[in-house]
Amino acid sequence: MGTSALRSTAVAFVSTVVFFGAVGWITVHAPNWPDVQRSFFNGTVWNQSVPDIVPAFWVNVQLFCIAEVLILVLALVLAVLRSLPGPVLFPLRLLATVYADVFRAVPGVLIIYLLGFGIPGLQIPGVPTDPFFYAVVALTLVYSAYVSEVYRAGIQSVHPSQEAAARSLGLTQLQALRYVVLPQAVRRVIPPLLNDFIGLQKDTVLVSYIGVVEIFRQSQIDQAAAFNFTPYLVTALVFLVITIPLARLVDVLIARDRRRFLAGAR
Amino acid sequence: MNVPPRGEPAATHATPSLQPAGRTEPALRVEGVWKSFGQARVLRGIDLELAEHDVVCLIGASGSGKSTLLRCINLLEPVDAGRIVLQGEEITAPGADVNRVRRRLGIVFQSFNLFPHMSVLSNVTLAPRKVLRLSRRDAEERATALLGRFGLADKRDDFPDRLSGGQQQRVAIVRALAMEPDLLLLDEITSALDPELVAEVLNVIRELARGGMTMLIATHEMGFARDIATRVCFLDSGVILEQGPPAEIFGHPREARTRQFLQRIVEAGRL
Repeated sequence: MGTSALRSTAVAFVSTVVFFGAVGWITVHAPNWPDVQRSFFNGTVWNQSVPDIVPAFWVNVQLFCIAEVLILVLALVLAVLRSLPGPVLFPLRLLATVYADVFRAVPGVLIIYLLGFGIPGLQIPGVPTDPFFYAVVALTLVYSAYVSEVYRAGIQSVHPSQEAAARSLGLTQLQALRYVVLPQAVRRVIPPLLNDFIGLQKDTVLVSYIGVVEIFRQSQIDQAAAFNFTPYLVTALVFLVITIPLARLVDVLIARDRRRFLAGAR
Repeated sequence: MNVPPRGEPAATHATPSLQPAGRTEPALRVEGVWKSFGQARVLRGIDLELAEHDVVCLIGASGSGKSTLLRCINLLEPVDAGRIVLQGEEITAPGADVNRVRRRLGIVFQSFNLFPHMSVLSNVTLAPRKVLRLSRRDAEERATALLGRFGLADKRDDFPDRLSGGQQQRVAIVRALAMEPDLLLLDEITSALDPELVAEVLNVIRELARGGMTMLIATHEMGFARDIATRVCFLDSGVILEQGPPAEIFGHPREARTRQFLQRIVEAGRL
């Protein structure tokens, strides 16, 4: 390694330490810092709320994991429906298109309210009343609309000559899709899919509106009890801890795809 | 002599491919085929007949309709008018089962079009397994034999992006052969290759011709066409202007347009 690279690293390190040191010093010496500290970074409240909040996050994790699997399946079905050719299948294409338009246009909270309060309110016997159930359904409906568009972009990015090659070997339309187009499409859209799932992780807190006691609702309870905002900071930290590794993974995957693309362009 | 495997799943054959004497049904008959893309009339009444074991080369300038004709025969493009008859069965008839027809017609493209997410072996075995419903073992046995025959035995587990252009195109040929087609369509299969890789691909085709494979070949390689073809067809603006044995077409072309075309080829040092 050259000495110039070493020098660059050293300079970057010193400059970073100096910059953030200065920002930190100015912050804690600002006139209102003690008030801010009491309200947001209160050690006692922190210690009380962590044992409440972190277990409540388990609800978000369950919600996220179940919804994610359902979304991956439903969105793929929608994307495939939208890619089918021929006049006979027009109603299916229309259905998939209207679905994507509606569920991307309507705010997610509204869907959560409509389902979570509206459907149990009908009081039809046998229809579930568990808010967790409606939370899963609402998030699945909303996110499938986005994810189906991601899949569709992937399907369209596979060159038509691939399908022609598959069909020319006698594969049916569906076989060509299943064995040739989709495997290539899905591989290409993994980074944007993960991006949508970062959004989904965060949006699991929206279901607190219909009475699911998850991390955000729990931090509201703790905030009200202590009359202090530190519980929200705990919640924010939990999301940072789980989201940042996922964001870095997306970066790694994009960089890998880019290298592959460049290698493929010989 | 090494006779290439011929697809004989008897049920799909209207007529036996070889009759002891007398006339046999032509392998392929194209009758009055027209094809337009928007305003562009690409094929303007093509008539063409191939007997079993014929090797017919289509020559002509870019845009004369060679590729379109092959794509029409493979039913990748619907024809506007005319009929295409494969061994007595009209494949352009409404309601013809395109998937079944394509099993009997192999096509190899200029740009290889291998499946990049699959190994060479999977590329070759996909259609035999999913279309012909061969077991994995049988399909792999057939693929391995074909790959070995064309010098690709050591590439079977590689992915297409690890191969040279010539190797990729040979894999594409093997992939088509694995379906044991009755007729092989080759669409300018050397046009995307570096010059030093052309020979290895053309040698594969020579071997197939020696083995009796019926082939319809669109090509810019005139020397190759002269060597291999039983008949050469000169396409000009969507019609077959002139056809005959290679010696005749290349030696004594009757039409002025053919002479002009060949003159330009000679000037370009390609013949």
